[in-house]
Amino acid sequence: MPANFAPSSSELLRFSPELILSGAGTLLMILDPFFGKKMPKLFGHLSIVAFILAIFGALAANGDAGPAFSNLLIVDGFATFFRILVLVIGILAVLASYRYLDRENSETSEYHALMLFSVAGQCLMVASNDLIMIFIGLEISSIASYILAGYLRDDKRNNESALKYFLLGSFATGFFLYGIAITYGITASTKLNVIATALNAPGVSLPMIGFAVALMLVGLGFKISGAPFQMWAPDVYQGAPAPVSAFMATAPKAAAFAILLRIFMTSFQQSATLWEPFIWISALASMTIGNFGALTQTNLKRMLAYSSIAHAGYLLVAVAARSEFGTAAAMFYLAAYALMNIGAFGVIIHISGKGEKHVQISDLAGLAQKQPVTAALLTVFLLSLIGVPLTGGFFGKFYIFHAALKANLVWLSVLGLLNSAVAAYYYLRLLVVMYMQEPGEVTNSLEPLTPGLSAALVLPAIGTFFLGILPGAVLTFARSAAIFTR
Amino acid sequence: MNMLDLVIALPAIGFLIALLIPRAMDNFIRLFALGFSLLTFVVSLTLVMGFQQGAAGQQFVTNVVWIQNPEIHYHVGIDGLSLWLIILSTFLTPIAILLSWNAIQDRAKEYFAFLLLLEFGLVGVFAAWDLFLFYVFWEVVLVPMYFLIGIWGHDRRIYAAVKFFLYTMAGSVLMLAAIIFLYTQAGTFDYASILDQFSTGKIVLTHLQETLLFLAFFLAFAIKVPLFPLHTWLPDAHVEAPTAGSLMLASVMLKMGTYGLVRFCLPMFPTAARENAPWIVILAIIGIVYGALVAMVQPNMKKLVAYSSVSHLGFVVLGIFTFTQAGLDGAVYQMLNHGISTGALFLLVGFLYERRHSLEISSYGGVATAAPWLSILFLITTLASIGLPTLNNFVGEFLVLQGAAQANFTWAVFASLGVILSACYMLWMYQRVFFGELSEEVKHHMPELSLREWACAVPLIFMMLWMGMYSQSFIPIVSEQNAKILHQGKMSSPVRAMAAVQGVNNAR
Repeated sequence: MPANFAPSSSELLRFSPELILSGAGTLLMILDPFFGKKMPKLFGHLSIVAFILAIFGALAANGDAGPAFSNLLIVDGFATFFRILVLVIGILAVLASYRYLDRENSETSEYHALMLFSVAGQCLMVASNDLIMIFIGLEISSIASYILAGYLRDDKRNNESALKYFLLGSFATGFFLYGIAITYGITASTKLNVIATALNAPGVSLPMIGFAVALMLVGLGFKISGAPFQMWAPDVYQGAPAPVSAFMATAPKAAAFAILLRIFMTSFQQSATLWEPFIWISALASMTIGNFGALTQTNLKRMLAYSSIAHAGYLLVAVAARSEFGTAAAMFYLAAYALMNIGAFGVIIHISGKGEKHVQISDLAGLAQKQPVTAALLTVFLLSLIGVPLTGGFFGKFYIFHAALKANLVWLSVLGLLNSAVAAYYYLRLLVVMYMQEPGEVTNSLEPLTPGLSAALVLPAIGTFFLGILPGAVLTFARSAAIFTR
Repeated sequence: MNMLDLVIALPAIGFLIALLIPRAMDNFIRLFALGFSLLTFVVSLTLVMGFQQGAAGQQFVTNVVWIQNPEIHYHVGIDGLSLWLIILSTFLTPIAILLSWNAIQDRAKEYFAFLLLLEFGLVGVFAAWDLFLFYVFWEVVLVPMYFLIGIWGHDRRIYAAVKFFLYTMAGSVLMLAAIIFLYTQAGTFDYASILDQFSTGKIVLTHLQETLLFLAFFLAFAIKVPLFPLHTWLPDAHVEAPTAGSLMLASVMLKMGTYGLVRFCLPMFPTAARENAPWIVILAIIGIVYGALVAMVQPNMKKLVAYSSVSHLGFVVLGIFTFTQAGLDGAVYQMLNHGISTGALFLLVGFLYERRHSLEISSYGGVATAAPWLSILFLITTLASIGLPTLNNFVGEFLVLQGAAQANFTWAVFASLGVILSACYMLWMYQRVFFGELSEEVKHHMPELSLREWACAVPLIFMMLWMGMYSQSFIPIVSEQNAKILHQGKMSSPVRAMAAVQGVNNAR
């Protein structure tokens, strides 16, 4: 084999989304001194262009699927699905941010650059075939998110949120890294498929594998805000700027689930008896804590934070099913969840006002009379979160519980479905306030929807209906992508 | 695309168009909704015209793939069981719209749009032949009704709306689990194919599995019916809903539950149904007597009618779980009768409310002097509701009691108590509202029926008479379908079936 000093062109193609995003992020920082004050919206536009280019890059890479950089990366359907998902989330988050940043008079260039870097990290995570690469992607994504959580640096809540997120997050990545180290100690490799083969060999110490798995689960459990590592989520989501909360609740979570699925369905597939009970318990605990926690919340962002813990629980049910169908169901659910969650946060951004003064549930009072379209859009997202048919959320739940019943997880499914009936209560509360109460101070003085925010609400609503009425296309792709090379 | 698809699609199209009409054109929205629902009704009558008696299987079938994987079909069709329930839905929707003409001024656009969406869901539930599709329509019905109660209802509307939603939701998630489990066993959601696999022994369930599946379906349906002791959402929802909401809720939505019992619980899980029948029948009889007793002491007219529904629906459940031809025929006929007569009661109570703005019986008295025509219509409806011969409920109650007597004579004795009690509470209410001293207040607030109100009430009165005097128009196709269901479940011994058929003939 001839010495290979430069990456081949197909390697570059397979790495193109990350290249485009980090290039664009750097460009934004360079442009800041020239246009930062004069054209604050330019940076948002540029990052949308970068995201769209990266989507094309990801699609082109999928056309030439395969490994890259001596098997450190692997571009397969699974990676492409998640790359496109996080890129779309990026676009929606940028659209939802225009009005917010304008209202808060804050710099736009760094904000968008950080978002580009964060998404670049997530794209890298989902396409990694190596624990070290996964770790690097995770860190790129997380560090950018830590800064974003505290982006309005004069705001106390932002600071609290960022600090909490940073401290707990770095501990979690520490656990994850420790897990990688022990796995390397057992198997002498960090490559996912090599680890799988090595673990199958006779004479491997079972307790040590269990230890490594447990450490990794702690780290990932934190990133997906699954119980019992969910405590940070309500505080962080409440404190962070609303568009950042929307972003954090969806993109890093999707990417973390992607690596959870990839690692546990390839490397640790054979040692499932070690980890399945933990996933089972975590799933049930997340659903229960999330749903019952959300019942009593009065703050919209906190309520959605608890709801996102519950949704992590549903997703863990799909992981516990340990099948290709379960993986596909989780992929579908993550897409549906991202759309409905960003949409719901979009409405919060709309009503919150400068300094996020209005984020109580009661602030939605009478929204249906003042802005019927906004109320109708939020209704679509809430019905999807409840899981009413003809919305994406329903099919997501359906596929997950279908996968679980196929895997004979009868009790987990029944408890999960009953949980979703409990969840209906707190989502319905918002409908009650919007439709059945008289307009209050907040809704009376509400400004009309801006174009960017409208797009950030209408596009997810269309997507929610698309996934709810014609789920076939996405599910078929997810099923073909859920087969990992082992 | 056949007529049935059109009947399902028209309300949905109407709903979408109604959403696009500008808010300011209130009157046009009313006219549009009425016109569209009348059109749907007319189209649905072609189903009756084209229905072939004696044909095997369902008719007006459309079966196309909706979702590839897992394979979910848009599979709809009708048989003798669903035909009349679909007609009932399309028949009552225009009445509900006409009824709300003046009562709803606030956000009229959404109101009439939701009524059309409700019709879409109801027709879909009765037509769906794919378990998954059935579940989708079942849930779709929930959303418009939630808003109808919550936005346009009375004082405690929010409590009632949320309670209604959560009760139904809790039942239906278990049904969803059962449906998915059946899918993992049968590999299809297609109801006909699942039944086929049961009968040919391709799916074999253990005793425990069958019982649990039966209970999951049963619970969802029993909450909807509602069967005692799951009925507590019903009085709240009925009392708080606007008149048209109560009408649709009582007349059609409760039938979703009883329809589900006949359509799914009996044929799919015959053994579990038979084993669990004793306690279900006891609950049904408790419901009959308890509902009647509670209705008797209600000071509020709507609540009285609501509890009378608990009692009447107890008859339906009793009829279903006798597993006799007469009982089942009576149960299905009683679903339709209850739809017409209780619908009419809510409608007439609504007329009283629009005049006097009170639902309390004590604020009335002597209405017969002020508004004699209103009183006559109310009297006919009252008599129909208590089961006077020549009016519709008599036929249904008679058949149910006959079926109960064949199965277990004690059941029939206790259930008959309900018939007697219904005469007590209905006539007592009638006496207190329409006779007695005419107070000044009632006198000044009690104009005679308007043309619009006549148009709402007359079709219902007409149906009471028709269904009471010539049940032959309705029962044979129901009976035929019920015979099939009993045969599938191997439930009625031939001798009993023969006796039952004779009984039906005698009753006619």
